[in-house]
Amino acid sequence: MSFWRSNRFWAWIALSFGILYFALPLIGTFEFSLRMKRGEYSFEAYRVILGDPRFQATFLYSVMMALLTIVVGVLLVVPTAYWVRLKLPRWRPVVEFITLLPLIIPAIVIVFGYIRMYNTSSVLPLTGSAFGTDILMVCGYTVLALPYMYRAVDTGLRTLDVTTLTEAAESLGANKVTILAKIILPNVLVAILSGAFLTFAIVIGEFVFAALLNRPAFGPFMQLIGANRAYEPAALAVIAFSITWLCMGLMQLVTRLQKHTQVKQFR
Amino acid sequence: MAFLEISNLQKDYAGNRVVENFNLAVEQGEFISFLGPSGCGKTTVLRMVAGFETPSAGSIRIDSKDVVNLKPNQRNIGMVFQAYALFPNMTVAQNLAFGLKVAGKSKAEIESTVQEMLALIKLEELGQRYPFQLSGGQQQRVALARALAVKPKLLLLDEPLSALDAKIRVSLREEIRAIQRKLQITTIFVTHDQEEALSMSDRIVVMHKGKADQLGTPFEIYNQPKTRFVASFVGTINVLEGIVTDAQTGSFLLNGTELSLGRSLANLKTGDSIALALRPEAASLGLVAGKVGQLQGSVQDVNFLGSVIRVRVKVGDSVLSLDTFNQPAVAPPKAGDQVIVTFAPEELLVLAD
Repeated sequence: MSFWRSNRFWAWIALSFGILYFALPLIGTFEFSLRMKRGEYSFEAYRVILGDPRFQATFLYSVMMALLTIVVGVLLVVPTAYWVRLKLPRWRPVVEFITLLPLIIPAIVIVFGYIRMYNTSSVLPLTGSAFGTDILMVCGYTVLALPYMYRAVDTGLRTLDVTTLTEAAESLGANKVTILAKIILPNVLVAILSGAFLTFAIVIGEFVFAALLNRPAFGPFMQLIGANRAYEPAALAVIAFSITWLCMGLMQLVTRLQKHTQVKQFR
Repeated sequence: MAFLEISNLQKDYAGNRVVENFNLAVEQGEFISFLGPSGCGKTTVLRMVAGFETPSAGSIRIDSKDVVNLKPNQRNIGMVFQAYALFPNMTVAQNLAFGLKVAGKSKAEIESTVQEMLALIKLEELGQRYPFQLSGGQQQRVALARALAVKPKLLLLDEPLSALDAKIRVSLREEIRAIQRKLQITTIFVTHDQEEALSMSDRIVVMHKGKADQLGTPFEIYNQPKTRFVASFVGTINVLEGIVTDAQTGSFLLNGTELSLGRSLANLKTGDSIALALRPEAASLGLVAGKVGQLQGSVQDVNFLGSVIRVRVKVGDSVLSLDTFNQPAVAPPKAGDQVIVTFAPEELLVLAD
């Protein structure tokens, strides 16, 4: 079979198309971000953006929100996924469906729901203070990240014989909290980190919640810069992409570094 | 009172009774096997003792204390699983130390117990390895040591050898029995492998359809099976159907020949049909002095097993298996040969249904 007719040819065509489709806009954006100074390439746009106190404030705020979301997400998802696998295996499809709902329900619906439920004239007026609104933000972000966090943790649990490990630990005198902390959590750490990096990437660039709840997050800042400047938005876009890629790279790294990923489980 | 007392134990799943009226008394230091096919309820009973299943009725007393309402982590029972269940994120030493840490033992005590357990299972060099770096046999030895490290009152072994290859299985069962004897720990061993049960146990409970069919020493279980199921499940058995001619003298008609067991047949009367079991090693090919039971048939097939030759003989509508020792000077029979199978009627076992 000739090279032209072979599968390899079409594989190369598909790969090249994919690379051009994804890379060209990025290369174009990156190239544009370097043209702030007339007649020469420079990192001037990056210098301006990184030196902007609003960038630092909003980025720090979003990082804090992302970390809190990860903590809340782990505390919510790990025990739930563990309990469902251990005691309610028949309910797994239902729980999976619930965790996928944020992909179907737009964020704007959730945030309007929050505003309606927790406004200043409600029983729990969370939107009445910055702290209360931050709590709502974390709750909202946890919901947005739920599909990714739950799937990551559940996939991690699938590689373990959760029931037998739990029973073995119980027969050695451990209670459920000890089992979760000492056995389940360390064994799904890679999965949790995967979910955590995805959560981080989602929260850092999130716009709808922050804009409608009027909080100083990175997403609205990007929108503001994009509406008023020429070169800096391109630099911001490259920075945001770099953060996402860094998260993906870290996910790969922790997977490889995990000491006991080669666990031979009895099947 | 026995160390472990199980009384009238019962377990129902959605209206389906999987364990029925199970009773057992185990003395301290005894090694008991639950033997039976898949689905007979042996693991369910073990899991009820461990606390992983709640009985529908009945009581379980360990060292005179009713444990039915205690959680598994309050029972002080060591358990070894078929799937090893070593904690993958911990080294061998950390696995052994887990139960001791949970119990709040001192660092020095944990260290010395871990070393003692590693020496017990002869894996002193492998304390820092992770479970995935061990063979199946080594993992199961670590699982055993981990269960023993907390000095449990009772050791439960749930088919611990099933996942291992044949050679390791034999050596490990000897090792388990030696450790059990050394520590004198009361042990319940669940298996579907009759050879394991016969070779390791002080007593065996043969289970069938959720009930204990027979409880006895390996010798009793093999030589005096009480039911047709026990006879057929433990070892190979030939079942012969006869008609009682005189219950008092134990006479019966078998293939047109009247034979006598030499003992009376309780609960039977003249004309009743009777199921009789004959072990392959109790039957002989050809006439043998003292073996007055005779059946004629043709050789169906011959299996050469090394020291033993198993011959299957078609007698009427049924097929009898019999074992003869291999004698290099005597050629085994061939398929199609007409032969006489002889046996001593007294060696026939009367089976209940």
